[in-house]
This record gives sequence, structure tokens and C-alpha cells, in this order.
Amino acid sequence: MKLLEYQAKEVLDLLGIAIPAGKVARTPEEAAAACAELGPVAVKAQVPVGGRGKAGGIKLAGTPDEARKAAAQIIGMDIKGFKVPLVYCETALEIEREIYLGFTVDRDARANILMLSSKGGMDIEQVADESPESIARLYPNPWRGPLDFELTQLVYDAGLGELARPLSALIKKLYRAIPELDAITAEINPLVVTKTGEVIAGDAKLEVDENAAWRHKDLEQRYGGVVEGDPYEVEAKRRGLTYVSLDGEIGIIGNGAGLCMSTLDLVQRAGGRAANFCDIGGGAKAEVVENALAVILMNPRVKGVLMNVFGGITRGDEVAKGLVHARDNLKMQLPLVVRLSGTREEEGRRILKENSIEPGASAWEAAQKIVELTRVRA
Amino acid sequence: MSILLDASTKVIVQGITGREGSFHTEQMQSMGTKVVAGTSPGKGGTTHLGVPVFNTVADAVAATGANASGIFVPPPFAPDAIMEAAAAGITLIVCITEGIPIQDMIKVKDFLRGYPSARLLGANCPGLITPGVAKIGIIPQRITMPGPVGLVSRSGTLTYEVGSALSASGMGQSTIVGIGGDPVLGLTFRDVIELFEKDPATTHLVVIGEIGGSDEEHAAELLGRGSRLKTVAFISGRTAPEGKRMGHAGAIISGNRGTAKSKEEAFRKAGVAVAETTDDIVGLLK
Repeated sequence: MKLLEYQAKEVLDLLGIAIPAGKVARTPEEAAAACAELGPVAVKAQVPVGGRGKAGGIKLAGTPDEARKAAAQIIGMDIKGFKVPLVYCETALEIEREIYLGFTVDRDARANILMLSSKGGMDIEQVADESPESIARLYPNPWRGPLDFELTQLVYDAGLGELARPLSALIKKLYRAIPELDAITAEINPLVVTKTGEVIAGDAKLEVDENAAWRHKDLEQRYGGVVEGDPYEVEAKRRGLTYVSLDGEIGIIGNGAGLCMSTLDLVQRAGGRAANFCDIGGGAKAEVVENALAVILMNPRVKGVLMNVFGGITRGDEVAKGLVHARDNLKMQLPLVVRLSGTREEEGRRILKENSIEPGASAWEAAQKIVELTRVRA
Repeated sequence: MSILLDASTKVIVQGITGREGSFHTEQMQSMGTKVVAGTSPGKGGTTHLGVPVFNTVADAVAATGANASGIFVPPPFAPDAIMEAAAAGITLIVCITEGIPIQDMIKVKDFLRGYPSARLLGANCPGLITPGVAKIGIIPQRITMPGPVGLVSRSGTLTYEVGSALSASGMGQSTIVGIGGDPVLGLTFRDVIELFEKDPATTHLVVIGEIGGSDEEHAAELLGRGSRLKTVAFISGRTAPEGKRMGHAGAIISGNRGTAKSKEEAFRKAGVAVAETTDDIVGLLK
């Protein structure tokens, strides 16, 4: 789960890291009130994606009236597919210098990596590309966390020795997000040193591991559900499906992420465009199939559905029966092509044919068939 | 011949009395896998599916001399199960469990550094099978056939799909290894390919990768340095949209690696044939 900026800053505050004064506003009136209380503020869209500034999601407001206008423009706007649910009004900092601080999981090293650079604020990816040596790195031991001397080394390696004490202390606090919250990525960019010498988090990004949600029910309760995402994704999540919306016309159901992804590839190769990614997992149980079909059919753009099931141990005839039942229950009228493999696959195909569902002999043939069928209707 | 798993491998199942553990133990036994024991804390001293159940892995190893383990326990308990197996001297640990928190796996990986002879496969993987001989995990025996092709994959069902196509065309497999799709896992493509390279019974290799991480690129580098195996690679997810990314920390360390394009190019550069679809794999391998 990716936290919004204000949520991430709340977490930083709890960890003891300084953040600028700020207030959440759900309406233009609340933004005006926040500005009246805080003075000049930046009105910032709260969405879980980068590039807000370029998209017009951050505006400066000197007066409550300006804050009201800015919030009216920003709340509800669409930034990369996310409708902005609220804004965060935050006082501006007197910036002396900007630092980059972050951690993430280094998949190659199978470890967490802490990164610190004196070149914060600017495009840090460009810095990583052009002068990787200017980003100091540390792989802390996952059982005990970073030790003081390791942090001192990191800070000196980053050329920030004069800030050794405050930075080491701050990094130690940020690191607590790993053992205490199952954070997998955190970023403070910029980490601001103010003209008065304070070290404050200018921005904050935090992503926590969804696989560890059972350990952090409070986080989900407090922060989940603020962002209104794609309605089909929301419904799919409610029904316990692994589903991602895409922008094509052909609904896709597959079992297993790899098989499902390769099905998307085949549809595109056949000249069609997938409307979604939907992985129904191993067993392809009738109830799950029906849930998947129901979510896909909610989308009016969908002109047909391709289902690709490779049953290892799953029985083809049972999958076929479940699918016919689901289709009839949902009164589905659109073309449906099914590639079915597994034990008793011949019997499964016969059941499909008897119920006027097109079986495809191979995934590629099935992909071509659904593209053809949806074209005719277009 | 095969890699990692043969007729002499003595296997225990951690979580043998659970629903998944029971079902798959029976499947493993039915193809002849030497399942010598199971573990289930509190059920030590009983018998399940014809094998003795122990409270701990150390007890099971002491009594049976087991050297491999299949783990079928829920995510909150799986990390400890992996470490318990390593500490008890198990050298092949296969963790099927899906949904283990990443930070737990990072700790497990660090712990395993103290047990260099313990190999971990997974987690979140279908396991491995040496056709006609033995399996640990959930790969269906039905789709396999003994032969010279080594198959290593990150995906479950895609592995079955390709295994099935190979078998249908008469190309049997030496061993099929599913390394799993988690960001932090045990054996990598590279590790498994190195083993296939040393196995005289393996003459062909199929690598099934997917987007994300750079294990495929590392495997391509290894193959590019010279290999006796006739290899075909396939990458799924070439049309998957770029994740809605936030922050740059991931990009700083991975650069441009991780895309389907980067992986396919890495294999081509290494002289490895890249299949456009899974249907093309068999033709390219012949």
C-alpha cells in the first residue's frame, strides 16, 4: 500500500522526524481555514503517484482566498488516473540545502538498501545515472538494523559530515519504519536543511508491504480507502481478486500471474487490446470465476472475454461447468472464448461447445478468435 | 540424471497434516517420491499418510536422515520453518507458501548465509519435479515426461503450459524448477542454470522469465559467456503497463533493467533464441 504524502508525514512524525506544519483539507473552505491558521501555504494534491507538480497539482497560496481557489481547482482533478480526494496545505520552508534520503528493497542483493545524497531535490534518477558515486549506500543487517558507526560512514560517504549527528539520528528513526511497519520503500526528497539549521522532511513517500497487512491492521484502517481508484479495481479488491484495469476492449481471465500476463501479450499480438489483467489463481473455482466475470462485465467498454485456464490438477470438466453456470447466472451476452487445459480437458471442451462457448485449441488460437469476434461487433 | 532431486532424496513435509500439505504429499508419494517424514508441532509421535510425524525438523532429520523439505505452512509461520529446516541440516528447502512479507524473507536470506550448504527454492513457487522420479511441491506430474530438457521458470501455470507442450512434442525434461515470483527469493535463474550446465543428462534449456527485477539479465550474462545447452528464453509481460510508480528509490538501483524489452535483448545478445509466444518455444528448441 502506497501512503499519501500527508499519511507518510504523519508516520514520520510518529517516528520522531520533523515535518513542516500542515493541515489536510477536503473542501476549499477547509483549505482557506488552514491558510488562515498557518499563513502562506503550498496546496498539494494527495495522490499515490509522482509528477503532481507537473500535472498542476501543487499551487502556492499567500492568502486564505488564494488557498480556497487553489483547492477548488485541485480537489477532484485527475492525476494519472487518480481522482484527487483531498489536498494537504503546508507551510513553506526557508531552504538552505536539499538532501536525498531513502530506502528500498534491492532485489538483486535480496536486502534493504539505505541511500543518502547531498544532491537532493533535483531529479535524483538523473543523479543516479550521471554520478552514481554521489549517492552513498548502506545495506543494514536486517536483524539488528544499522549501527551508529555504519550510519556515520554513510553520512561522511555522502559528503555530509558536518551534519553527521542530526542525520545519523534521523536515518535511525526512518529505519524504524522497516521493522515496525513493514515498509518496503521510503523516500524523503528533499530532506531540507533550513536557514536556521533544522533538518525537516520536505516531501515523504512511503510504501508498506501488503503481504504484511495482517501485522498492521491499524494502518489499513487508518489510511486505506482514502483514494478513489478505478471502480472496477475497487470492486475486484472487495471480491478478493487480483485485478488491474487496462484500457482495451477484451476482458481477460487467467490462472497464475505469468500465464495471465502472457495472455495479454497474445491478445495484443493478435491485434486486440486487453481491458484488464485478472488472475484467478490456482484452482479456478466456480465461485471465483463468477466473481471475475462479474467485475469484467461491469466495464461497458468490454466487448468480449477471453479466459485462459491451465489446470494442472484442476479438472477441466469442473472448470467448464462452473463457467457455464457463471455465464448463465450473469446473463452474459458477449462473446466468450475459453482456452481450457487440464485433466479431462476434452470433456470440458465438449461441455463448453454444448453451451455455445467457443473453445480455443491453444492460447494463441483463442486469442485470435476473441479478437476476430470482438471486431465483427465493433 | 537430474538436478537437485533424484530417487535417493529423502524428503520431509513441513505442515504435512494441513489441507494443502496432505493433498500434495499424496501427490508426491503417488509418483514415487521418497517422503520419509512430516512435521507438525504437537503431533509428534503420530502417523500421517503412512509416514511418521515429528514435532520439529531436527527430530525428523535425526530419525530419518532426511535431506530435503517441502514447506506447506501459512505465511506467518513459513519464514521460521525455512530457518528451522536449514538449522536442522536440510540442504534442499522448497517453500511453496505464497504471501510471505518481504522483510521476513530478507531476514531469512541473511540467516541462510550461515548455512552455505542449504539451498532454498522459493518462496511462492511451485517447487520442482524430476519427471518419472520424484517431486517436491505442486507441479503436476501429468504434464511432464523424462528427457533432456532443463526447464526453469518464475511462473507456475506458465511452467505447466510449457512443460505440457514439450511433453506433447516428445521432448522430455530432466528437471523442472519453479523459482517463484517473489522479489526476494532463494535460488535464482543463474543458480539453477549453473546446475543444469553441470548435469550431463541435460542438453537443452528453457528459461521462462517475466518482467521485474534483473535475474533474467544476470542469467543471460552467464549464458553469454558460453554454454553447452541449446537454450530458448521466453519473457511474459511485454505488454503489461508500467506500474504506477511512486518515488525513485527503485529506479535508482535498477536503472533500465526489469522490462521485457531489456530482458529479451539481454538474451538475444547472449546468443539465446527468444520465443515470441509459448507456442514457439518447442519449435525453437528442436
